[in-house]
Amino acid sequence: MSALARLAPPRLLRALLPAVSLAAILAAIFWLQPRTASYFGLNLLLNLSIPIALATIAQMFILCVNDLDLSIGGYVSLTACITATWLNDTPALGVLALLLCVVAYAAMGALIHLRQLPSIVVTLGMSFVWLGLAVLLLPTPGGQAPDWLRALMTLKPPYVPFPIVAAVVFALVVHVGLMRSAYGVVLRGAGGNPRAVERAGWSLLHVKLTLYALAGLFGVLAGMALVGLTTSADANIALRYTLLSIAGVILGGGEFVGGRVSPIGAVMGAMTLTLAGSFLSFLRLNPDWQIGAQGAILILVLALRALINRAERRAP
Amino acid sequence: MTGSRPASALGRLALQPWLWAWLGALAVWLATIAFTRGQGAGEVLTAAFTFGTFFVIVAIGQMFVVTLGPGNVDLSIPATMTLAGTVAMKLMDGDNGMLAVGLLAALGCGLAVGVFNYGLIRLLAIPPIIATLSSSFLVQSTAIWTNRGLRIKPPSALADFATAKLGGLPALALCVIALAGVMHIVLTRTPYGRAVIAVGQNPRAARFAGVDVDRTRFVTYVQAALFAALCGFCLAGFSGGAALNMGEEYLLSSIAVVVIGGTSVAGGFANVPGLWGAALFLFLLVTMLNTFGLGAGIRLILTGLIIIAVIVIAGSSSRKREG
Repeated sequence: MSALARLAPPRLLRALLPAVSLAAILAAIFWLQPRTASYFGLNLLLNLSIPIALATIAQMFILCVNDLDLSIGGYVSLTACITATWLNDTPALGVLALLLCVVAYAAMGALIHLRQLPSIVVTLGMSFVWLGLAVLLLPTPGGQAPDWLRALMTLKPPYVPFPIVAAVVFALVVHVGLMRSAYGVVLRGAGGNPRAVERAGWSLLHVKLTLYALAGLFGVLAGMALVGLTTSADANIALRYTLLSIAGVILGGGEFVGGRVSPIGAVMGAMTLTLAGSFLSFLRLNPDWQIGAQGAILILVLALRALINRAERRAP
Repeated sequence: MTGSRPASALGRLALQPWLWAWLGALAVWLATIAFTRGQGAGEVLTAAFTFGTFFVIVAIGQMFVVTLGPGNVDLSIPATMTLAGTVAMKLMDGDNGMLAVGLLAALGCGLAVGVFNYGLIRLLAIPPIIATLSSSFLVQSTAIWTNRGLRIKPPSALADFATAKLGGLPALALCVIALAGVMHIVLTRTPYGRAVIAVGQNPRAARFAGVDVDRTRFVTYVQAALFAALCGFCLAGFSGGAALNMGEEYLLSSIAVVVIGGTSVAGGFANVPGLWGAALFLFLLVTMLNTFGLGAGIRLILTGLIIIAVIVIAGSSSRKREG
């Protein structure tokens, strides 16, 4: 490790880790099945990573202030159900309902901040609420994706497959907003040192409202993207996104404390997790191990990061 | 809690964190039998104790983990339950003579998961949530691979025991009440229990006070996994075999029972009696809403809102205690 540390500074290594993991798993898939290295192949491989990436970005906004969102899976299910029913049948009502969802998310952030409640418990409670609303709206799987959404999600841009275009656009937009803008620094600062941010005259309530509203917005986008791909919805459609999104943020270099997050990393983390699922089928291994592969990759990347951190501590 | 103590016994009782869960359970039960005009009052209670038992078993382990402080949650409980249940049922294959072997195998699964969890936390220096999340993916896959979609019936002796009743109360519930009593003593009277609380309040101070923080955390994570395994074993016996989704609802419920029971999510403050109150409360709540003829959607929404209401009320009363 020390030889490696002399070659490249640990900071750089750590920043490159999400990209290296994504590249490694893509390379492995290409090697196993060369036909995937095509426009059509990549489209198929990465399609379902779009909603997961959006949910991961939503989770990242929450982790930014050291909170944890256990409700994002239920929330994405709900927005998917709204998209497949109201947004398709009566668009005005659908848009209103989705806006209300974002407002409700912001209100959840305000409640957590004003009463100093543990985010885990509040979002845990809300996960039941979102799921309940989704069940009320769509008791049995069904609904239909609006035509324009279906058309958008199956778009075939020249040269670069749509999922890659979408991932790059979302990652860059959030990166510029959160990592490069002045208010973005305040948002992340609130996770690093809330008291300092407050003393500098910024309202922490405002910060939480903004971050939770942004999470709500990206949750809506995730639900819409998911329905655009699957064409119908179901109240349980995205429940596993809760754990996947946490894993995605961490895989992308995010940490639980100090507002240390990375939008580009989070998107790459989500894509790596999605690919980990498909990787096994190309190995012709038992599909039983699909979830296990995601766990293994998570552990592998975290182990590499731990090694890098150790090298950093040892270096003068 | 050790600050100014109210003189009267009633005043002391009102400060007990587990009181609210029990009062809630009582209120919900009364509302249910008022609606049915007293019909089925006993049956509802029996059912509540039957199903509450499984929640309490996992919640005991989760409570010790949560008490270790912020960021300590075991997300691998559902996967561990499933793995332990599947492995045990497969090994016993319905044979009563293999009962002890099956139980040992289930506990062995728990031990392995617990040691693995803590190994990840310690070696990779990652938050426990992430460690248990990653390991749960692996454990769940192992369970799927072992199970192969088969549902093997439990040995008749286990099924009989898991569904047996003694004087209106399920035998299993009586065992778990005793277990909760033992764990209450472990929490409040043993050096280990005190160490868990000390680490949750301030790990640095605990270390200076001579508490072996690493060992305390290790024991706690292993213990949580063992309880999850035990629960998986009993639940598989009760429901006629292990199913791959048998642990699903225990992920969020185990946290909910701990929190509603009056254990602090910030750590360092736990109590066992509240677990039973909260488990009964959650089950009776669902029963009440069912009795009122409300659908699954409304039931879920109200469950969620009540969890939030409890934490809002508990949060404000704990601030009063501090201030």
